[in-house]
Amino acid sequence: YGLLDEITNSAEEGMSLTHCNHAAFAVRRFSLWASSFHGSLFPHLTLSSDEMVAEFSQMLDWSDSALRSFAWHPHTDKFAVALLDDSIKIYKSNSSPTPTLKHRCQRSVCALQWKPLCGSALAVACQSCLLIWHVDPASLSTRPSSGCAQVLSHPGHSPITSIAWSPTGSLLVSASPVDTSMMVWDVAAESAVPLQRVGGGGVTYLSWSPDGSRLLAATPSALFRVWETRMWTCERWPCLKGSCQSACWSPDGGCLLLSMQGERVIYALTFSDLTGINNTYSSPVTAFFLMKNHLKQLFCPPFFSGSSFVLRAGDSQADNHPSVIAVFKTRSSPVFELLPCGFVMGEAGAEPRFMQFHPHFQHGALLTVCWSDGRISHVPFYFSSAGLLGGDSPQQALASNTTNPSSNKLYTEQIS
Amino acid sequence: FDVMATKPCTKFLSIYFQVVIWRAVASIAWSVLLLPVTTAVFVLLSRFSLFHPIQWISDCTSLLTASSTIFSLVVLCGVVLITGFFNLEFYTLVPSIPCSRMALLGTVLHPRQCVHSLVYCTMGMLVMWCASVTIGGRYSTLGTPCRQSESGEVVTCLNEYHLFLLLAGAFMGYSHSFLGVVQNMYYVSFQPIQQYKYPRFKGCLPMVVKCSVIQALYSARNFAALYFFFGYVPKTWISSTLNLQIDSSLQPLDSLTGLLDFSLLYHLSISGAFLYLTWYLTVLLFRIYVTEAYSFPVQSTFTEDAEQCLPKVLAEKNTLVMKFLALQDLALLSQHSLSRRLEVFNLSQPGGHPHNWNAISGECLCLLSELTQRLVAHQDAVASNGRVKSQSASMVSGTEDIAETPRLSVPLRTPGSVFKSSVGGANRVLTAPFTPDVDSPFSSPAIRRLVGQQDPHSPWSGTVQSPHIMRRGPKLWSASTGSSRFSVIPLHGLETSVNSCSCHTLNCSAQVKSFLAKRVLIMYLFNKLPEASSQALFADSQAHIWALQGLSHLVAASFSEDQFGVVQTTLPNILSCLVVLLEAVDRHFKLPHASSKPVRTLCSMGDSTYKTLRFALRAALKTAIYKITTTFGEHLNAVNISTEHRKRLQQFLEFKE
Repeated sequence: YGLLDEITNSAEEGMSLTHCNHAAFAVRRFSLWASSFHGSLFPHLTLSSDEMVAEFSQMLDWSDSALRSFAWHPHTDKFAVALLDDSIKIYKSNSSPTPTLKHRCQRSVCALQWKPLCGSALAVACQSCLLIWHVDPASLSTRPSSGCAQVLSHPGHSPITSIAWSPTGSLLVSASPVDTSMMVWDVAAESAVPLQRVGGGGVTYLSWSPDGSRLLAATPSALFRVWETRMWTCERWPCLKGSCQSACWSPDGGCLLLSMQGERVIYALTFSDLTGINNTYSSPVTAFFLMKNHLKQLFCPPFFSGSSFVLRAGDSQADNHPSVIAVFKTRSSPVFELLPCGFVMGEAGAEPRFMQFHPHFQHGALLTVCWSDGRISHVPFYFSSAGLLGGDSPQQALASNTTNPSSNKLYTEQIS
Repeated sequence: FDVMATKPCTKFLSIYFQVVIWRAVASIAWSVLLLPVTTAVFVLLSRFSLFHPIQWISDCTSLLTASSTIFSLVVLCGVVLITGFFNLEFYTLVPSIPCSRMALLGTVLHPRQCVHSLVYCTMGMLVMWCASVTIGGRYSTLGTPCRQSESGEVVTCLNEYHLFLLLAGAFMGYSHSFLGVVQNMYYVSFQPIQQYKYPRFKGCLPMVVKCSVIQALYSARNFAALYFFFGYVPKTWISSTLNLQIDSSLQPLDSLTGLLDFSLLYHLSISGAFLYLTWYLTVLLFRIYVTEAYSFPVQSTFTEDAEQCLPKVLAEKNTLVMKFLALQDLALLSQHSLSRRLEVFNLSQPGGHPHNWNAISGECLCLLSELTQRLVAHQDAVASNGRVKSQSASMVSGTEDIAETPRLSVPLRTPGSVFKSSVGGANRVLTAPFTPDVDSPFSSPAIRRLVGQQDPHSPWSGTVQSPHIMRRGPKLWSASTGSSRFSVIPLHGLETSVNSCSCHTLNCSAQVKSFLAKRVLIMYLFNKLPEASSQALFADSQAHIWALQGLSHLVAASFSEDQFGVVQTTLPNILSCLVVLLEAVDRHFKLPHASSKPVRTLCSMGDSTYKTLRFALRAALKTAIYKITTTFGEHLNAVNISTEHRKRLQQFLEFKE
């Protein structure tokens, strides 16, 4: 009723003015409003393409970061790194050659993702298009030709800031902050089905639940959607404040953790009607950044059993503290819980920019962190006993470094 | 016995009616309901005047309620009904891919296609007549009163504007019909994702409007050019037959100044856009309705409903559309529905046999191994390059696996409609230029094979058990096993008909070719289009993709859900079938033109997904194998398969593919 009161009040005020003045005022206001309508409604549309990528990339400080993006292969010990010069390097666990991927269209790489259930396909979100590289794992070539890449583009759908493969590997969804529709690609056929919802002004971040039944699509506005992937209908979730920054799913797809812009709170959504296979005994490991007073990233490794925890990266520069990643335990049953566990620190002056869990680390969990000085470090967590709550401790951290291979003891601090 | 035999048939027909005919009727009903909306938009645009907006709106509202508009709407309804009927009659799930330009020419000049073109020309003229009446003014009637220059008396003259629009309608009708063949307009493809009908329609609507506008502009340009050169022919003919004078005081339209009339071109383009939109919307709605997923029951408690259950419909050969819908349903249930998967893994109540799983997996494996045979045969044909082929064809062809596939010998007709059977015989001319015509020499072998009619000249007619044996030499195989299971029928069959234009009989006649090579035009017409044979091989691969998805997801789900272990018994079969198919596909992609990407068409109503089906199939196949290997992991070592296949699977376990 407050809103109605406001409207009636303003209407009365309008009546009290002289009609002539009021009309002229209204016309001028309307023209001004119309011209700036688009921009004011969706301020992100006034940004340039590069600024937009920097704003919505999951990599913090994307524009001056030496590493543009990072992705573990979902099944093997292999990861891809996008560098500042728009090339992509692929590292494997054994000492096989590291292929470098370069393509004419490969500019401003914002996201990488390996295709699940496939050994070779890597999707790259670029400024103007979507590239699908087919890097033959058996080949010894260090420079695969650009003929190995499929270029997928759709008019009006760029820059692409987020991509997500379906867990079955059959579909790829891409999103752009300027396009209100997200594209569902049938990659082999190179055809796309646009799924349009106007509200929100674009799509910035996508995350597919591990069981494949749901897809989160965040918009630049204070609104996000959760699509169910059977008939592709969505439910709207208006946020209280700010847009959805990052999100992660629990391994069974039943719980969604979200961080909002400008908030220090993690929201958890639970979905009860699970249709897929449900491993009730496994629980998620989650990691997120606390960056500039808001949570920036959340990550969850897909497989995990026994005790569980959350990692959190904190940046509290105001207090002159070094950047830390905080570790939290989570438990999904019987109710969802977060329990503080410990911290992971970087070297002096190094801030965490991006992190991702190794998708199937055999002995526990392996967290990979990209630091602001261009290093990539792997932080393993070994579990001494599945039932023991505090039994997980990072034994060692090996730094596999893109810039300086000699430094390999980045972090050896025990977690309490 | 007769009653018993016909009963399942009527049951099946009832479900066919329920699904396909109902959907077609619903789509036509919706297109009719949409007509007033499109007509209103057309009226608004045709009477558009920038400087008199109020008069414009009032004019349009009065026009929309006028009796002439109502009559036009009735005529347009008739046009939509006929279009809908043609859609139902001509749609195909497997595109016919002409292997050479000659074959394409043959399809275009086929009598059925001529009838189709004629009907569409008439419909185009009807719609344009409605449009010209609606626009009114100088376009409204064919005859106008005019004053003769010398005598001064009033006579009826030919209204060239009206004639111009009518001829444009006929031209657009023909070009629609022609492009329908070239772009495979009646090919209905299934979407990679499921959506409800309304969101899908909403999503496709901008594309359809854009396509119709672009197509209308192209057609308007082409028609204007045509009319400029040949416009006097119909004009003098009409004026002489209808005894109408030609008004010499007006500028004739087949001149440059007459054609450069902005208002005329505007009206021509929007009427054309309206015409195309009417047809395209009908096609779009039909596609949306037909490709909607249908959920078949996995098993039924009553035996009389057994014909409608998934395993029975999967084995269906008569109506391709039901088979496709069943395969789509299988792929969906394997991914999304736990309860229906459990029904598949269930045992039959008296007896405890896994009938459901056996029927479903058997049908999928049958589909996949048939594709393998087809690929192997094609590779052999290409490798031998026509020299040995005729010999091997004569050896292999005619061997029919009588024990297993007696149904193949029944000549069956594919997609469909029930009208085909009722129309039948003499009226065959009316049916489908787009449905694969089995008897036509222009139809591709893929179609013939799908229909189930054996082409004795085609190398893949024989049922081959293993591609390895096939590769080593068809002679050996047929000679050794022919005694018990196969009957080798010696054909007098080296008269591999030269006049048949199918791609595989083409390349075998080397001498004829070398003779004809000197004639450039003939060479141009008869040369095989690159990739066409590859596309034709994989023309129906959507079915295989679903079979792969369904099988792999069911097998993966069985790891945790299969209580009785029914899947384990067939696992070696499935794995070896997949690996053999993978080898065949890999070899196929080493052939020239097989891995070249087709050129993307910018904006057309024709669906070109069939051009990339082979890539989709390869991706789906690899994903299917990965799905099984990642789920079973080391347990695969316990599965009884040959070492060769195990080696290949090991590659998948290590993610080296």
